[in-house]
Amino acid sequence: MTAHKRFLVLLAGCIVLSQAAIAQVAVHVEPVTLHSPRPLTDQSKAAVIRDYLHAWSGLQAALEQNRPELLDADFVGIAKDRLADTIHQQGQLGIRTHYQDRSHDLRLLLYSPDGLSIELTDTVEYDVQLIDHDKVISTQHESARYLVVLAPSEVRWRVRVFQSTHD
Amino acid sequence: MKSGFPLLLSGLFLGVAQLATAQGTTVTLPKTVEAGTPFSIQSNGSGKATLYIIGTGQVLKRDVQLGESTSFPAGSLYNAGRYLAVLTQDSSTQNGSFDVVPASKPAEMSFFAKPSRLPVGLHDGITGTVYVFDTYHNLISAPTPVSFELSTPSGTLQKRALVTSEGAAWTAMDSTAQQGIDRFAARIGDISSTRIVGQVPGDPCTLKMNARQSGQQVELITDPVRDCSGNAIPDGTIVTFTQSYKGTQSTIDQPLKRGVAQVTMQVHPGATLSVASGVVMGNQIGWTK
Repeated sequence: MTAHKRFLVLLAGCIVLSQAAIAQVAVHVEPVTLHSPRPLTDQSKAAVIRDYLHAWSGLQAALEQNRPELLDADFVGIAKDRLADTIHQQGQLGIRTHYQDRSHDLRLLLYSPDGLSIELTDTVEYDVQLIDHDKVISTQHESARYLVVLAPSEVRWRVRVFQSTHD
Repeated sequence: MKSGFPLLLSGLFLGVAQLATAQGTTVTLPKTVEAGTPFSIQSNGSGKATLYIIGTGQVLKRDVQLGESTSFPAGSLYNAGRYLAVLTQDSSTQNGSFDVVPASKPAEMSFFAKPSRLPVGLHDGITGTVYVFDTYHNLISAPTPVSFELSTPSGTLQKRALVTSEGAAWTAMDSTAQQGIDRFAARIGDISSTRIVGQVPGDPCTLKMNARQSGQQVELITDPVRDCSGNAIPDGTIVTFTQSYKGTQSTIDQPLKRGVAQVTMQVHPGATLSVASGVVMGNQIGWTK
């Protein structure tokens, strides 16, 4: 490899690293003050947060590519139906949307006594890009408070309710 | 992005219109619109433009005539959430956002009750959790009164009146002393949901057997087996009879039939007979005949 090629490889690596840094999402979790008699172990808490943040990745990919099947791993029930309907509407209109989350401020609210649901709020900072027939129409920064209910499934927590709320 | 027109939304909005600024342009938007209600968008200026309303819950796109009102009939936007309004004309784009909020009247609930079957007399043994939704399946985050009721066939009633927090409420109730089928109901306004909870007897409370000679053998029979609340232990529950004699043991497992367990066995004179069911020990009899 010549010095020039080495430099190009190094430069490419730096670009990838800087993009990863830019895309890094800040996550803050409020101390747990659950209204529930059921204790939430640290392991379960970590799993819920991990799976919820992963759901944002699934949402981003599904809405950007208009592929509802990308929701299957992370969403279930009402949340999945709604997002799938939105993707269907986007497909019919020839548009796509790119949601890039920038930060999450999470607060766990309820671990139901039966262990079948966890409710949390998430104040999210994110960018939304609207693309109509491959033309970027607009990019807007938003902040919204989401109310989220997750339910356990075979190997992970899935999002059952995903709804931004008016403060 | 530059903008050449203010964007004004009006209709059945909740809250006061907000003034926002995007790229130096004034945008007038409402704070909120109730899910499913009609609304209209008024724009200033002239010429044709395209209006996008973008959210994770729904997406709309309309060709609009600037300077005219664009009406959205009831049911156009029904999924609660944050929506972006993007109006474009040629290279001009104007952005704003507003919230669609759930309808205030509850229309349905998700009611999770557990377990479906449990022993009598268990403190906080029955739990119920509800999530409250409007007619469009939006979670109603505003505090909403909810009541839970647990009723038994004999009429015993436990009641809890609560208010939802962020769309959810939960309670825990005691299983009662009497076995049977209970009804566990959650009520929100004029909607309700009921789950059936089976209360079964607990562990046997006292286990007593009697022995009598029956030909060459001995017949062992228990008194009717009940839990500590007096409920009959269900037939099929295994009762174990044990004979201990000179350091050896022989056992016979027998299911309850009509509330009692009965067995006939060869018994050595001087043997000790005992009875048990699960972890509950009964009486012992020294057989001397």
